[in-house]
Amino acid sequence: MKKILAIALVALCAVGFAFANGASESTQNVSTDGSTSMEAVIGSLAEAFMIEHPEITVTYNPTGSGSGITAVQEGRCDIGLSSRALHDDEKAAGLTETVLALDGIAIIVNNSNPVTDLTLEQIADIYTGKIINWSEVGGNDGAIVLIGREAGSGTRDGFESITGTEDLCQYRQELTSTGDVITTVSTNPNAIGYASLSAVSDSTKTLAVNGVLPSEETVLSGEYLVQRPFVMATRSGEALSDAAQMFYDYALSSEAAPIIAGAGAVPLN
Amino acid sequence: MNIKKAKEDAIHFIFLILGLIAVGSVLVITIYLVISGLPAIREIGLADFLFGRRWASTAAEPEYGILPFILTSIYGTAGAIVIGVPIGFFAAVYLAKMAPRKVCRVMELCIGVLAGIPSVVYGLVGMLILIPAIMNIFNVPDGASLLAAIIVLAVMILPSVINVSLTSLQAVPREYEEASLALGATSTETYFKVTVPAAKSGIFTAIVLGIGRAIGEAMAVMMVAGNVANMPSLFQSVRFLTTAVASEMSYSSGLQRQALFSIALVLFFFIMLINATLLLIKKRSQEQ
Repeated sequence: MKKILAIALVALCAVGFAFANGASESTQNVSTDGSTSMEAVIGSLAEAFMIEHPEITVTYNPTGSGSGITAVQEGRCDIGLSSRALHDDEKAAGLTETVLALDGIAIIVNNSNPVTDLTLEQIADIYTGKIINWSEVGGNDGAIVLIGREAGSGTRDGFESITGTEDLCQYRQELTSTGDVITTVSTNPNAIGYASLSAVSDSTKTLAVNGVLPSEETVLSGEYLVQRPFVMATRSGEALSDAAQMFYDYALSSEAAPIIAGAGAVPLN
Repeated sequence: MNIKKAKEDAIHFIFLILGLIAVGSVLVITIYLVISGLPAIREIGLADFLFGRRWASTAAEPEYGILPFILTSIYGTAGAIVIGVPIGFFAAVYLAKMAPRKVCRVMELCIGVLAGIPSVVYGLVGMLILIPAIMNIFNVPDGASLLAAIIVLAVMILPSVINVSLTSLQAVPREYEEASLALGATSTETYFKVTVPAAKSGIFTAIVLGIGRAIGEAMAVMMVAGNVANMPSLFQSVRFLTTAVASEMSYSSGLQRQALFSIALVLFFFIMLINATLLLIKKRSQEQ
C-alpha cells in the first residue's frame, strides 16, 4: 500500500512540475495569416527567429492568399502572406506589399524525352488536354501523361494560376508530394510534371519555358515565366508592433536568405 | 486482512482504468467523427454527397460528390479479395496439411515478415516496379491505376488471410480426417470435403479481416493508384475513400475540410459494417 501511495505522490509531483513549467512568463506574439504555399518559408523563418528570440512567438495560419490579405486588412493578424502580387484595389485599400522571395516552378519530363523547350501556351494546352501527344510538340510518338499535385497544394495552385489552367487540368495522376512527382516522372518516359525549382535533380529533365531555363538568376531577373512572388502584406501608415517589426526585418535580412533558399524559394536579398 | 483487500481493490481499479482507455478512445473517435462529419453532409445534402459523380473541392464552384471514391473502394477491395483470398487460402491448406515441417517453418517466417513490412514500402515497390510493369505489359500510357492498387492490396492481405485460415484449419479435430481416410477417401478429398468445411467459419473470418485491411489501407494505395477522382475503371487513375481523406487533408480548409471528415465518417461506417459481419460469423460458429 505504501508503495502505491509513493508512486501516486511521485506522479502528482511530476504533473505539477509539468504545469508549472508550461505557465511561465508572458510572451509577445506575431501573427501571420495567408498563403499555404509559403508554409515552408514562413515555418523555417519563424523557427529560426524564435530560437534567437525565445520571448516572441510567431504563429502562422494557413488559410490561403485571399484570406490572409483580408485578415491583415481587418487587423486580425500582423502580417498577411500572399503568394501573388497584391491587386491595385488591395493596395488602394491601404495595404503595402513587400516581396519576400520568389518561387520558381520547374516543368520536368523524363530524361529520355527529346523535348527541351515548350512555350507557356503549349504547357497550358498540354495540361488542358488540347495537346495529347508528344509528337505535336516535337517529341517522340507517345500519349502525354500529366502528373500533378493534389487539390490545395501551393505548387499546383501556383502552376495553374500562372498557366491560366485553374480547374481545367486533365491530370492522369495527382500525387501528394514533390518527391512522388519527381519519382513518377523519372520512371515514365511520357510523363510531364511540375515541381518546386529547389527540389528538381538529375533524375528528371527540366524544360526551358519560352526558351529560358529556370535558375536562381532567371527567376530573379523575371525571364523565367513560371514563377510568382511571396509577398508580406502590411497595413500602410500603421506601425507594426515591436515584435512584428523585428520578425519583418529579420525575414528581409541577409541572415534569412539561406533559410528562405533552404525552404525552396529564391530570396531577394 | 483489510489491507490485502484494499490492495486487491486498488489493483482492480487500476486495470479497470487501463481497460477504459481503449473503450474511451473508441467513444471519443466515434463522437468526434460524427460531430465533425455531419455538418458538411447537411450542407451538401446526403444524396448529392453520396451519389454525386464529381469531386472538385478547390474549384471556383466546388462540387463534393464521393460516388467515385465509394465505388473505387468497393471495386478495389473486391479485386484484392478475388486475387488474394484464393492464393492465401490454398497456401494455408498447403501449410496446414501437405507441407513438410521445414518448408512450413520457412514459409511461416516469410509470412511473418510480409505482415510486418510497413505499407509505405509496399507503395514504394509498387511505384517503382509494378507501375512501369503494368505500363509495359498492357501498353497503357501510365501504370498508376485501379489494377496496380488491387495487386498491392492483394499482397498486403495475404498474411492475415493465411494466418487466420491456417489456425482454423489446424484446429479441425484429427479424428474427422482419420474417419474420412478410413472410409477410403484420398487425402486431397479429405482436405477439401472434410477439413475445409469444418474450418468454414475461420476461413470466412479470414476473408472479412482481409476486406477490413484492404478497405482501410491508405498509404500504399495513395502511391500506386494515381489519386484522380475518376469513376473507377481498371486502367484509370482512381481515388479511394482513404486516399481522398489523406491526400487533401494537409492543405484543406472550410467546407472542403469538413467534407473530408464526412468521407472519413462514410469509411467508418463501412468498417463498422465489416466488424458487425465478423461478430455475426463468430456468433454463428459458436452456436453450431
